[in-house]
Amino acid sequence: MSQSAPAVAIRHLTKTYRRGGQVVPVLEDISFDIAAGDFVALMGPSGSGKSTLLNLIAGIDRPDSGELRVADVDIMQLDEAGLADWRARNVGFIFQFYNLMPVLTAMENVELPLLLTGLAARDRRERVEVALGMVGLSDRMTHYPSELSGGQQQRVAIARAIITDPTILVADEPTGDLDRASADDILALMDRLNGELGKTIIMVTHDPHAAQRARRTRHLEKGLLTD
Amino acid sequence: MYLLKLILRNALRHKLRTLLTVLGLLVAILSFGLLQTVVDAWYTGANSAAPDRLVTRSAVSLVVPLPVHYRDKIRAIDGVRSVASANWFAGVYQEPKNFFPQFAIDPATYLAMYPEYRIHPDQLRDFMRDRKGAVVGRKLADTYGFKLGDVVPLRGTIFAGNWEFVVRAIYEGATPKTDTSQFFFHWEYLNETVRTRAPQRANQVGVFVVQVSDVSRAAEISATIDAQFRNSPAETLTETEKAFQIGFIKQTEAIVIAIRIVSFVVIFIILAVMANTMAMTARERVGEHATLKALGFGPGFLGGLIYGESLTIAFAGAGLGVLLTFPVADWFGAKMGTLFPVFEVSTETVWLQFTCALVVGVAAAVVPAWRAARVRIVEGLRAVG
Repeated sequence: MSQSAPAVAIRHLTKTYRRGGQVVPVLEDISFDIAAGDFVALMGPSGSGKSTLLNLIAGIDRPDSGELRVADVDIMQLDEAGLADWRARNVGFIFQFYNLMPVLTAMENVELPLLLTGLAARDRRERVEVALGMVGLSDRMTHYPSELSGGQQQRVAIARAIITDPTILVADEPTGDLDRASADDILALMDRLNGELGKTIIMVTHDPHAAQRARRTRHLEKGLLTD
Repeated sequence: MYLLKLILRNALRHKLRTLLTVLGLLVAILSFGLLQTVVDAWYTGANSAAPDRLVTRSAVSLVVPLPVHYRDKIRAIDGVRSVASANWFAGVYQEPKNFFPQFAIDPATYLAMYPEYRIHPDQLRDFMRDRKGAVVGRKLADTYGFKLGDVVPLRGTIFAGNWEFVVRAIYEGATPKTDTSQFFFHWEYLNETVRTRAPQRANQVGVFVVQVSDVSRAAEISATIDAQFRNSPAETLTETEKAFQIGFIKQTEAIVIAIRIVSFVVIFIILAVMANTMAMTARERVGEHATLKALGFGPGFLGGLIYGESLTIAFAGAGLGVLLTFPVADWFGAKMGTLFPVFEVSTETVWLQFTCALVVGVAAAVVPAWRAARVRIVEGLRAVG
């Protein structure tokens, strides 16, 4: 990525869904940039298209038209295998319901993305220990998700998201399933990742309290960017 | 290693479901193995036939005897090394259900032709000296508790009257597949008795066993033997021992085919059960598969997980099924007594059992793996929560 290029550059992005015989517009002519190291909250009512926009930026869905460059890569040009490989190297996912593998320990869950890097088992383990240490779960490494609280599970998910040192972190309602105290902890952690490690974070949220943690907030309504 | 760990833990995620599926596979593979062993047992005689042995019988029917003097004429044919005779006796020991094959033979030549019947020289000598003596196989002796010196009474069916034989020798099989369920006695004893009771039936034998010196000339010698007796009152039909045995099997071929079909139907049923298990498993994990794809894992990894889990379950069931096949076959073979002279689980059967497990494991995973590979990430992620 060049020094001046934004982490995410979006131009005239549109996305529609087909429901029955009807074409339903979800995103219409969206254009904006997200600078490297920024922490952006995407807000809007249900059905506004914010999660769809996040999915497009993360490369797990494809737009109908427009331009979408992430980390200076035109991801619309990548085929499925290329896109999967790109995601593995450039995107860290934080989901609302954590999406951890229930049969794997915290350590093994965090290690999962590293399987795609070709790192030796010993190096993987070292990295996992560092990542779990960063999210404050060094003492829970051998615990299974069912043995952890919601907040702890989300910390494991964050450790998994940062383990490959991705270009962007995408978080879809990361505090949506947590109580206030746990949510504050997670937001503080994301704040640290952004402030101290310079991670570019794009977060979808309904929660104004969560959005306050972001450096910038963009609003969507009926598929249009309103500010 | 990581992948194997994940596969194993996935397989054990629903312990009861996996246990029941493994149990089903165990029963199916065990049943398949037993049914295949029954089919093998049916073919034991044909498979243990020697290529240098021919059987000459009446061209009309096996139940029509041949004159004993044919022996000398057959022996004189070029390429014939030895000729022995045998009569099917069909006596009843105590009650009709106690079936075992009994043959009146000319012992010196007959037993020399069957080196697979191992007899202690002392016992063979005792048998040869006693005209009412009998040689019994080890399995037969064990089944009915026959010991050397025991008198075995048989009630004649083809040869009427009560007959008594003294066990003088017990033969062992050269290999586990040798038939040791037979009972042999002196043809001379039979013939002398028949001569007094029904003189018109004397000096007759059921079949001649012909040993040839050159296996490659078996067909030619068979034709020569039959030509020798063409247009005589007792025309002959000569064939290899294997063909002779297969002729018997063909009479019951429908049963063998039915057993074979049932054995594969059992496998097909367990395939359906296994496919259902894997389909449920994959359906429950749509969210996980979508997450893995989002993280960058490709269809190959997801397929590996599903195929791996399916094969793990299939081989767990098959392994236990194969292990159990041996003791169950031993028990079943013992219960069947001398009905199946040899009831041994063959290496081919074990390979077939594992092949079936492989086919079941792979086939059950095809559709779930294909669906997992095609799952759209966005739709799959909606299934979580």
